[in-house]
Amino acid sequence: MSIDTARPPVHTDHGGPLHAVRGFFRSREIPVAGALIALVIITTLINPRFLSPQSVKDLMLNATIVIILAVGQALVIITENVDLSIGSILGLVAFGTGSLFNAWPGVPIPLVFLAGMLFGAVLGAINGFLVTAAKVPALVITLGTMYIFRGILTSWAGSKQYFSGDNPKAFGNLSVDVFLGIPIITIVAIVVVIAVGIFMHSVRAGRDLYAIGSDRDAARLFGIAVGPRVLAAFIASGALTGLAGVLYTSRYNSVGALTGSGLELDVVAAVVVGGVAISGGTGTVFGAAIGAVLLSTITSSLTATRVDKFWQQAFVGMLILAAIIVDRAVSVRNARKLRVSESRDV
Amino acid sequence: MELFSRKSRGGRRAATVAAVAVSVALLATGCAAGGSTDGGTDSAGGGGDNTMAFLPKQLNNPYTDVVLGGGEDGAKEAGFTSQVLGPLEASASAQIPFIEQATQEGSKVIVIAANDPDAVGPSLQTAREAGAKIVAFDSDTNPDYRDIFISQVVAKDVALIQLEIISEQIGGAGDIAILSATATATNQNEWIKYMEEELASNPDYKDIKLVAKVYGDDDADKSFQETQGLLSSYPDLKGIISPTTVGIAAAAKYLSTSDYKGKVALTGLGLPNEMREFVKDGTVKEFALWDPAQLGYVAAFAGKALVDGTITGAEGDTFDAGDLGEITVGEGGVAIVGPPTRFNADNIDDYDF
Repeated sequence: MSIDTARPPVHTDHGGPLHAVRGFFRSREIPVAGALIALVIITTLINPRFLSPQSVKDLMLNATIVIILAVGQALVIITENVDLSIGSILGLVAFGTGSLFNAWPGVPIPLVFLAGMLFGAVLGAINGFLVTAAKVPALVITLGTMYIFRGILTSWAGSKQYFSGDNPKAFGNLSVDVFLGIPIITIVAIVVVIAVGIFMHSVRAGRDLYAIGSDRDAARLFGIAVGPRVLAAFIASGALTGLAGVLYTSRYNSVGALTGSGLELDVVAAVVVGGVAISGGTGTVFGAAIGAVLLSTITSSLTATRVDKFWQQAFVGMLILAAIIVDRAVSVRNARKLRVSESRDV
Repeated sequence: MELFSRKSRGGRRAATVAAVAVSVALLATGCAAGGSTDGGTDSAGGGGDNTMAFLPKQLNNPYTDVVLGGGEDGAKEAGFTSQVLGPLEASASAQIPFIEQATQEGSKVIVIAANDPDAVGPSLQTAREAGAKIVAFDSDTNPDYRDIFISQVVAKDVALIQLEIISEQIGGAGDIAILSATATATNQNEWIKYMEEELASNPDYKDIKLVAKVYGDDDADKSFQETQGLLSSYPDLKGIISPTTVGIAAAAKYLSTSDYKGKVALTGLGLPNEMREFVKDGTVKEFALWDPAQLGYVAAFAGKALVDGTITGAEGDTFDAGDLGEITVGEGGVAIVGPPTRFNADNIDDYDF
């Protein structure tokens, strides 16, 4: 389960199933998933309707868009970068989707998704290009593009809004219809998580992203094409954000100049809570996805148990701090073990 | 991360140059595009003898656009040229530079929807000393800083019409909840207070119980989740009142796609364009709002009356408001435009805002 390149294999002498079990319990996804399960159980005990069919469907739908955004963001953060412009990208794509339906009412829906992802990928490529070529930290570059993209959207949209009533019924139904009890757009998100997860775990290019995030210079010396890989991560993140933007248009009642603003921090929070270290090189997209589900479920659960919503933000803050402390503790422990095993080898 | 490449090869330098070029190009588009709205001079004018400056809370807000449309029509009929000045973000201090600009350009009338009743005070004071008349509309300033306040409706009427509608739809009995904007919004809290008082005192509403007040912060996503929370926490909920356009639209979107459609009534204050779909599919039977264009229209005529000296903004003054007839100034220099309008399947197509 753990595919953490920064962490050396320890206790290799044990081997076999025991090692697998230990690895499972040591992986960072487990505490997050445990917290999620505990949250659902406690909420259901207080309010049994929390697990009613409608409510479960809502929980899945609420998490869907953040899951997709978190997967994209995780790709970027694993390479020791960050993309703060995703809220603006989502807004541009969402408004673009509304405009597309307005200009061409009969447009085939798959084409809308394709156009949205392409648009997102282009915006992601701008970020990636600036980050790799200018060699300025992504935090600064994407902070800049966040405002630029939002500025372009504001002037493009003005006070114009597109409402869900303007879109074809079939498009709006995407975010309502279920297959085997699971909303279709949630299935899309799950497929995205699994596909990207396998890519990151087993494909060379995916492993390269971890290597770059762990130690950029070492990765370069090792012969990894750092620039193109980071660029690709930004493009992938942009495309996934584009997908999320199209889904946003399907799910919510209106898109306009302010759509998606502030979303980037929620997504970074989800990724960090899910065990992806902000310093790069560790974590999985599965963790990021679980982090996204956890954060969106907390909101619903605090609402369902009628806890004052002011606590909600404090709760998310505590989770972020907890995730970072766990992360730090793990890396300190690993560093110590690494020293011990190295001295043994000498 | 390193700031400069140690091995500066030709290719990399070219890439850097290209990167800078891209960012400059992006900035240029962003600025050029932003300039037309950010600097905010929408129509002809720019000072002179008969200019009226409209300062909305923020530009690019659909509701504000309708108010301003009415304002521009009113100004034209009243014989003024109008200009719209305003910030892109509704923050307390953002309006001040635009008030100063209007003052410098010698506007006769400044029509303002204040983001903060006091923050704009000193600059409005300066404008008055320079000879401008101050008309507040939509959201009042501190009464010390303006001549007259044009209010769309009486706050109590807004509260009561929403109770009336929900009571009709749930048959006068059952649990209801309120989905509001932010917990600190003055107008929301005033309406909610009137609703609570009416529920407690009016025997017609004795069987209606207000079980919860939740806050969606005028954010689509939060309002969505708060609606879900209400429905899952209160199994017997019969109706929801959302006195905010963002809230009612989000709640309607959620209801229309959930099992609760048709079982839980929804009303409140909404924009016809945003609610049309939900009225047509039966999720929402009826909701209320005022006609925002009338607000700007009356404000323009109030400005003219102040400039002409026919009124001073004192209680009992009356002025001519074009198509809307004669308007009387009430207590505290507040003039009321009219009663709220009900929107339903029969009339919603007559409105476009």
